Amino acid sequence: MGEFPVLLTILLAPVAAALIMAFLPREEKLLIKCVAAAGTFTSMALAFYTYFTYDTGTGGVQFVQQIPWIKDLGVTFYLGVDGVSLPLMLLISILGFSAVFASWNVDHRPRDFFILLCLLITGVMGTFVTQDLFIFLLFYEMVVIPIYILIIIWGSTKRVTKEYAGMKLTIYLLIGSAFLLVGVVALFMKTAGILGAPDMSFAGLARAAKSLSQFDQIWMFAVMLFGFGSLISMWPFHSWSPDGYAGAPTAVSMIHAGVLKKIGGYGLIRIALYVLPVGAQFWAPVMAFLGVCGVVYAAMAALAQKDLKYIVGYSSVSHMGYVMLAVGSLSVIGLNGAIAYMFAHGIMAALFFSMIGFIYEKTHTRWVPDLGGLHRQIPKISAGFMLAALATLGLPGLISFIPEFTIFIAAFNKYGGLAVAAIAGVIVTALYALRAGAYALFGPPREEYDHLQDIKGPELVPLVVLGTVLVVGGLLPSLLFNVINCGTIPLMAEINAALQIGGKF
Amino acid sequence: MPVPVVDLSLLAPEIALAVLATAILILGLIVPKGSRFGLSWLAIVGLAGVLGITLAGWENQGTLYEGLFIVDQYAIFFKITFLVAAFLVALGSQRYIERIGDQSEYYSVLLFAALGMLVMASAGDFITLYLGLELMTIAFIILVCFNRTSARSLEAGIKYILLAGMSSAVLLYGLSLVYGLSGSVLIPEVAQAVARHPSPALILGMVMLVAGLGFKISAVPFHMWAPDIYEGAPTPITAFLAAGSKAASFAILLRIFVAALPGVWAYWTTLVAILAAVTIIVGNLVAIPQTNIKRLLAYSSIAQAGYILVGLVTAEATGVKAVMFYAFLYVFATVGAFTVASCFYSVTGSDEIKDYAGLSQRSPFMAAVMVVCMLSMAGIPPLAGFVGKFYLFATVVNDYLWLVFIGLVMSMVSVYYYLKVTLVMYRDEPVDNTPIKLSGPVAVTLLITMAATLLIGICPGPLSEAVNAAANTFFLH
Repeated sequence: MGEFPVLLTILLAPVAAALIMAFLPREEKLLIKCVAAAGTFTSMALAFYTYFTYDTGTGGVQFVQQIPWIKDLGVTFYLGVDGVSLPLMLLISILGFSAVFASWNVDHRPRDFFILLCLLITGVMGTFVTQDLFIFLLFYEMVVIPIYILIIIWGSTKRVTKEYAGMKLTIYLLIGSAFLLVGVVALFMKTAGILGAPDMSFAGLARAAKSLSQFDQIWMFAVMLFGFGSLISMWPFHSWSPDGYAGAPTAVSMIHAGVLKKIGGYGLIRIALYVLPVGAQFWAPVMAFLGVCGVVYAAMAALAQKDLKYIVGYSSVSHMGYVMLAVGSLSVIGLNGAIAYMFAHGIMAALFFSMIGFIYEKTHTRWVPDLGGLHRQIPKISAGFMLAALATLGLPGLISFIPEFTIFIAAFNKYGGLAVAAIAGVIVTALYALRAGAYALFGPPREEYDHLQDIKGPELVPLVVLGTVLVVGGLLPSLLFNVINCGTIPLMAEINAALQIGGKF
Repeated sequence: MPVPVVDLSLLAPEIALAVLATAILILGLIVPKGSRFGLSWLAIVGLAGVLGITLAGWENQGTLYEGLFIVDQYAIFFKITFLVAAFLVALGSQRYIERIGDQSEYYSVLLFAALGMLVMASAGDFITLYLGLELMTIAFIILVCFNRTSARSLEAGIKYILLAGMSSAVLLYGLSLVYGLSGSVLIPEVAQAVARHPSPALILGMVMLVAGLGFKISAVPFHMWAPDIYEGAPTPITAFLAAGSKAASFAILLRIFVAALPGVWAYWTTLVAILAAVTIIVGNLVAIPQTNIKRLLAYSSIAQAGYILVGLVTAEATGVKAVMFYAFLYVFATVGAFTVASCFYSVTGSDEIKDYAGLSQRSPFMAAVMVVCMLSMAGIPPLAGFVGKFYLFATVVNDYLWLVFIGLVMSMVSVYYYLKVTLVMYRDEPVDNTPIKLSGPVAVTLLITMAATLLIGICPGPLSEAVNAAANTFFLH
């Protein structure tokens, strides 16, 4: 295969940047930032290239690269993307690039910061570009450590200390992943017994898992649901999320809320649902119910917050509830909505957090009543903030409207009453999003903020990049849905086929 | 009477190591006191040579002295593990030992301890086993109290003598019961006798065997000595004790239980599973409140012993393989972490975790090695410990699912106390800003441990194939 290894390059560009930075003198702050930007830009450019050259006519896994890795575990270093993973890979590359610029003003040990940030981006990226469960896990757990160090050094202590926030987030994710690992180890051993030889690729596992007993599928799905559920901040395992984001530095909040959480949703679809359809069918109503609980509960909680990061933190818990509801609907429309919504939410949450980051950097507070009327003093930040707020409440014309609508259709088809409750959540969302905007931006301006500098130069990059995607994605939803369809239709077809054979509920 | 032909090439590593150790001891008497530093280099280069001989003999297998001494790839693999540990410890401890005692004594005793481990790995009968075990233990007693001016080191030495004596007594009593009931000390013959009639007295003998070796691997409830002795002993010795002596005891445990007593093994799997679970839980939970880095690592090494015990639960090739794989990578993680601690002690005179504040700024390399080694023990990918734990737990997932749950959840708990050390090293500002300078050999030691931990984690294929081959020879007997 003489083809250019595009996915490998996307994956390794940030690592290359990190390596270069490690050998730069720590005083060269600007150069370090430029290297980080160049690395993440390479990734993003190639991710766009991949996204638009993906052949939607053929579908399936494309840009494949396989290197045998660990023989006796059946692990292959198997890179490849399909309609399910492609949008999320694009998402992390966009966010990675924006996060570098959102942290442009980091002056405390910038070299360490950007090295860790680049490693974090690679780790998240790796989970989306691989088609092998072992490699997926490898990348997934790899992100935990950079996040922890980023939070404890560059985080902020407000309502909770940054050490508490970092540790809480880490422990939650690790306990979740411990359960996940139990499921994976069991799945691996049982399927290896069925196939006769170990195979860790998603497709291989799914093929072998068809012969698993119903009980095995159900309990394995349960531990995976717990693992991925605590990652996607599924109610009631969500409490790390607002605290964690509040303690984290801007770039980490962006990447964490934007994409890292989505690994949970992606894992549920790609691994739990695809490999264990019988288990999925058993647990689907539970997923939908917990999802709706999350939507309603977190929206109410967000209403009571006065710290901007807590508002967005709870709002992201609430939005992930929609994703759980959509996954629980077990239909092509639902999965389409879930993936598209994860993409949309990633963009708007990142925009939200980057704007909050700038507000905090300039005013040194995130307390809504203390902010007054910032829209006169820092109009560009305010515009970005409102754009994100409007996307959060699902304004038609912005990227989140169509996916949200799709989710409601799917949910209504399957769970009428629950869907009504979820739709009611939208009203609360509108309430807290608009209220935060009104009190922080459009209240009476405060004198002490008159001298504030609006964002300029490199600081504008997150607003421009994320804002553009937000609007274009809203106006041309087919850009998103055409690709996603290629992934979900065959996925759902396989699930249905498996249910026809084995399912008898 | 025909003279039995002995293929001495099979014994080459042991002979070479014995010659080397004796030579250093004698040279130490000849060479004047001031110029004995060169002897440490002799020991290090010599160890590398012995390691080379052992590696070269990978294909050369056989049995000597009518089954008393077995050289299979299983034994050779463990020998390589011990020699790597001894090499790394020897390389990393030159400066440390220079300050507290005599180079020639230290290095020759260290080599004798390693020799004891080599003999243990090859033991085909209970007498050879005991010889190797005692050689190792007595060498360690000397090493533990090597710092003659430190009350703590001497206290640790006394404790080690008492507990080693006690565990040896228990072990010997167990062996004598097994011998009395089976009429042989050769492991295969004992196996046949056991298979014929397992009696209650035999079971008692086995209990004592487990207890005796349980001391050596510091499995709960035989772990009480470990933290005190680990804390008191000179740090490089602690590293060797934690890595080498533990791996050697696992080598012999496997040999006895999997090869010798398959008939009774069925009674033991549940017991070993419970022992493993308790060891994992106690080790990890008690590590949390520790404020001294050596005590923290001591408890974490107890937990590690629990993980390795998981591989013993299934007496099959997969379990043996997992134990070998984990023992090998555990050597690097342990020696790496302890070498950082010993270096840090040489410079600051402290083992308290709070004094590690700002280490990432004083010596980014040391801090990075510490984090990599600790996270490998916790089993975070892409480090070696992750693959190792995957192999270990994969062996028991079908029969002992609860053990997998406990093991994996507790290993995530362990991340908590490892991260507390990371927190101090990375977040806090140093009180004393002077950078810590590493001597060349120590830097090489740390580099090797870190590189190996990363490499095995990212690319475990070659090692796992070697281990596979070795584990299969184990089942030929």
